[in-house]
Amino acid sequence: MSLFTHATTAASPLNTAAAPLKLALGPVQYYWPKAQMLDFYQQAASSPAQVVYLGETVCSKRRELKFSDYLAIAQMLREAGKEVVLSTLTMLESPSELKELRRYCDNGEFWIEANDVGAIQMVQEQQLPFVAGAAISVYNHKALRQLLQLGMKRWVMPVELSRDWLQDILQQPLIADVRDCFEVEVFAFGHLPLAWSGRCFTARSENRAKDQCELCCINYPKGRIANSQEGEAVFLLNGIQTQSGDRYNLLNDLPSMLGLADVVRLSPEPEQSFEWLDKFQQKLSGAAKGHQPLPAGDCNGYWHQLAGLQQTHLKQADD
Amino acid sequence: MELLCPAGSVAALKAAIENGADAVYVGLKNDTNARNFAGLNLDDLKLAEACAYVHKAGKKLHVAINTFAHPGSWPRWQQAVDQAVAAGADALIIADMAVLAYAAEHYPHIERHLSVQASATNLAAIEFYRQFGISRVVLPRVLSIQQVRAIARSSDIELEVFAFGSLCIMAEGRCYLSSYLTGQSPNTAGACSPAAFVRWQENNDGSLESRLNGVLIDKFAPNETAGYPTLCKGRFEVEGELYHTLEEPTSLNTLALLPELKREGIASLKIEGRQRSPAYVASLTRVWRQAIDTLAANPDAFNVQAQWDQVLASLSEGSQTTLGAYHRSWK
Repeated sequence: MSLFTHATTAASPLNTAAAPLKLALGPVQYYWPKAQMLDFYQQAASSPAQVVYLGETVCSKRRELKFSDYLAIAQMLREAGKEVVLSTLTMLESPSELKELRRYCDNGEFWIEANDVGAIQMVQEQQLPFVAGAAISVYNHKALRQLLQLGMKRWVMPVELSRDWLQDILQQPLIADVRDCFEVEVFAFGHLPLAWSGRCFTARSENRAKDQCELCCINYPKGRIANSQEGEAVFLLNGIQTQSGDRYNLLNDLPSMLGLADVVRLSPEPEQSFEWLDKFQQKLSGAAKGHQPLPAGDCNGYWHQLAGLQQTHLKQADD
Repeated sequence: MELLCPAGSVAALKAAIENGADAVYVGLKNDTNARNFAGLNLDDLKLAEACAYVHKAGKKLHVAINTFAHPGSWPRWQQAVDQAVAAGADALIIADMAVLAYAAEHYPHIERHLSVQASATNLAAIEFYRQFGISRVVLPRVLSIQQVRAIARSSDIELEVFAFGSLCIMAEGRCYLSSYLTGQSPNTAGACSPAAFVRWQENNDGSLESRLNGVLIDKFAPNETAGYPTLCKGRFEVEGELYHTLEEPTSLNTLALLPELKREGIASLKIEGRQRSPAYVASLTRVWRQAIDTLAANPDAFNVQAQWDQVLASLSEGSQTTLGAYHRSWK
């Protein structure tokens, strides 16, 4: 079967398909000063993003923005016509973190993105809808159907899964029958969140203990790069989170998402996030045609069922 | 406190039982478990043999079915549960909520333990998994002893903690570092830093390089001990500084925490290492049996014996051990 039948004429925009792709900005994964965050969300308000996620997902010690600040930004974005989702902490360990999570879940206005099953537990108690984040281990149709029964409205596929894997899940009858009850979101741009630890690697890189970190992540707005001894960027250190050394970029893979995904996530970077958002928008609208050249440090392996760090140059069907 | 030992073969399982394990955990010979290595694990016949042996000794057998089912080959995970139950397993160690639901529905009488791969680091997560009738939670190795204590005191569910062995420093079941470099992860293929991607190269100057799918993980001087290139234990460079960026090659060892773990009512001490030899399992089991019995005999006078530490260090990665995340200073 050809997935691209509706996109083969070069003149037609991708988004004339029956189910157009929405653009989303993921939560800021790094620790930025308050002024930078406010500036970022001002830009987001007038950007082509239709969905905006916000909230602290990495480390509960990062408090430049408090819950009330996030709520105020969320309201501003909603006024600007955005669909807003509050994103929650990924690794929850202490009672105080659960208490803060409870505040997110009880906000009363916005959906939450659950990045730990603990958050799903809290929202399902109140029968609230939720987005299942990429760090929730859903690898098959049966687990996905279970989350649907608990109130999931959108599923962000785990970052390590491929287009083939996604297709395999979606074509199972158990899911095909209820496909119109939820949306599928794909992490499509930015450094990939790959792991969370009890240890803080940014503090360690400064020879500090985690308890004496002095919030040093704020000095690294795009994380700290860890190179191999041959100079290859392998990982990006972002507090207790480890990211991919290369930036994930599925710009040229957008045509292969049609009919499978509903939402495309761009994860904020300190530079050029909105330029890339525009490029994604142009690709979807048909304004930018053909294969776009990508920087050498960009990868797309996971989508093609390869090692994540690989970059393929597959010819796209709309070229 | 139960002493739960690993076995990748019937020989290792016998070594564990003969040296004092209360229970042994094994996996099937496929990607339904997180130690899916060539030449390891048990097929149907061996599983039945293992079960008979363990039960004859009055001990228990746990079967790990702790990877996440692939959509196109769900029957493999379903069959793994069926096979384990048919062989007579006392408990199933499961991570995938789909597999948990299947086991709960079809075999409600067989204990379900929540695998560490499910990454339940907090009470709300444990509460979530209770809908599948789990009787025990294996706690991730990212928690400090204070956090373990807080969970133990606020929940009545049985807790199992890692006591010794390879130290996963990332929240298990949510780490994709291995697939980022190789395309295969514990979640999707049942292995981290799979051996098929490992390459060793000796240079003219006598130095040794270890690579994972072509990426240089570490480089060892001629006099250095070279370790397996588990990607989180390599030496990388951060702004000109070369060091073990994520973690040193070292093993977790909680002997010193034994009295506290007992006080908090921890149900089971898990020894990591299904990929290890029967001799390794025998030595480890002997030390931990002695330690647990010594503690039981006189809880107030427990001291870690130097000889135990020596044995454990000799069986550890890089001959080093650590309290890992249990001790806050490690973090």
